[in-house]
Amino acid sequence: MKFSSRVVVVPQENIDTDQIIPARFLKVTDKVGIGSHLFEDRPEFQVEKGSQVLVAGNNFACGSSREHAVWALADFGFKAVVSTSFADIFRQNALKNGFLPIVVDPKTHALLKPGTLVTVDLAAQTLSIEGGPTVTFPIDSFAKTCILENLDELGYVLKHEAVISAFEKSA
Amino acid sequence: MKTLYDKIWDSHIVVPETDAPAILYIDLHLIHEVTTPQAFTGLRRRGLKVRRPDKTVATMDHSIPTTSRSLIGFDEIAANQVRTLAQNCKDFGIALYDLESPKQGIVHVIGPELGVTQPGKTIVCGDSHTSTHGAFGALAHGIGTSEVEMVLATQCLLQRKSKNSRVDFDGRLQPGVTAKDMILALIGKIGTGGGTGSVFEFMGSAVRGLDMEARMTICNMSIEGGARAGLVAPDDTTFQYLSGREFSPKAKSWDEAVARWKKLPSDDGAHYDHSITIDVNALEPMITYGTNPGMAIPLTGRVPQPQNDADAAALKYMALEPGQALLGHPVDVVFIGSCTNSRLSDLRNAAHLMKGRKVNSSVRMLVVPGSYEVKRQAEAEGLDKIFKEAGAEWREAGCSMCIAMNGDAVPAGKVAVSTSNRNFEGRQGRGARTLLASPLTAAASAVEGRVADPRRLGGLS
Repeated sequence: MKFSSRVVVVPQENIDTDQIIPARFLKVTDKVGIGSHLFEDRPEFQVEKGSQVLVAGNNFACGSSREHAVWALADFGFKAVVSTSFADIFRQNALKNGFLPIVVDPKTHALLKPGTLVTVDLAAQTLSIEGGPTVTFPIDSFAKTCILENLDELGYVLKHEAVISAFEKSA
Repeated sequence: MKTLYDKIWDSHIVVPETDAPAILYIDLHLIHEVTTPQAFTGLRRRGLKVRRPDKTVATMDHSIPTTSRSLIGFDEIAANQVRTLAQNCKDFGIALYDLESPKQGIVHVIGPELGVTQPGKTIVCGDSHTSTHGAFGALAHGIGTSEVEMVLATQCLLQRKSKNSRVDFDGRLQPGVTAKDMILALIGKIGTGGGTGSVFEFMGSAVRGLDMEARMTICNMSIEGGARAGLVAPDDTTFQYLSGREFSPKAKSWDEAVARWKKLPSDDGAHYDHSITIDVNALEPMITYGTNPGMAIPLTGRVPQPQNDADAAALKYMALEPGQALLGHPVDVVFIGSCTNSRLSDLRNAAHLMKGRKVNSSVRMLVVPGSYEVKRQAEAEGLDKIFKEAGAEWREAGCSMCIAMNGDAVPAGKVAVSTSNRNFEGRQGRGARTLLASPLTAAASAVEGRVADPRRLGGLS
């Protein structure tokens, strides 16, 4: 997984899941078209289509466990969000959808201006900034393998059926 | 030497963590209508069954009306989601507490009420406030819909261990100060990301002195401090609460369970990665002024100077000025409810202040019990009469105005004092301005029509 894109920046800290996708759009039973409501109540963020990398302030996607937040970002066209930290549940949800929560240090973060061209290379775990440095980012090794090799986490756990049954008997 | 979290974690490992996360066994999976439809779609696509319907409990709470217990004439998209849950539960053999059930309610209210929430269990739900159940010494946290699908199919979760964080609340609460104020004080101190990567264990004399409902309020808002889970070690208060509940162990198995639960508290000298102490002796009722729960101040305090653009944007949204006192700020709506503060003791606290008083003519007040059972008990005590005579709306159980998915919303630009857990922009309705506070502060504010100090209304002990 390697892609280059100009970034869209929403610099605000603590952007919560209600800003990403307001609760009134959670009444659906599928994921179709959910990206059309991304940041619906925050027009001042001026997030427009065409970019694959969103840059956001610290503690991105705090709040609810709604996976709809990831679905909305992905459906809109993003493949990654770059921040200095992410809420735990969002990070987990993102990786399960092959969507990258990229953590960088504040200095690197400050280099990312609207329209900056970046290249994300998951295999190398690098974020390269045009005219700037290439930095490495941490990512859960298992999630990385699953994304790169298109492995299915549920399939992985299902293979442990015998161990799970044994655990249930012993409990 | 292990912490409570270490002990629960260790006893639920099916496959230990290696390069891959651990496979962790889940004892109880709570489900509701909003975060499950896509998970069931996934199961059908793969041709999978629900592995342990007997460890899965369903209710409907977010997308339902609270004006009646019928979907007739209700928002069709929401009604479809509710019916989809009913169909999925029927198809996959899952017990469902639906709108017709006397046990229906907010998922984090009915779990403990039914006695399915128990010490030492691992509990998950597609809802971030699953942390509530940690009040019983259960490892409980919110998960996303992909994880819901995994737990339905395998009764397991892929998980890496979090850090242990210890939160000591020491001292004695003053009259008019409650568990809600304790947790708002903590989040005000550490911020909404302060607990990221951690599990909180709440301890100290002030926590020991709380009843189970108050402990649930504290654990409920762990996630607002960034921690996926919050725990309180089980003790006699816990056992008394659970004794005799529908799904609590009975007779000999009860004694065995209690003996097992008594081994759960953290060992002396167990290691914590972080610790913080909050002295509650001097704690005042707390209230939020901004657009995340970390923006909390004492009720008698003043709005702080913004430290960054986000703070300034929050104040602009809230139409508040730095240096402004919140006491006396005009209020349009008061909401008493949500998985944070909709239990019987919350309603009793609010009713105690409302008795013989009226909701100010400028205020619309909604009281939404957390479950049908809470509603029944409140009505048996006559609390509904107190609220209705005061001019408040007395509703059916549900999430209601906490998340405003069901039409119960705060109008744009209006100010609400709310006992819920999130003051995010638009959370209670587009443009709504939320001030989070305790049921006591909310009730006092309803009476005064302005943000009011419950200690000044008198009658508190």
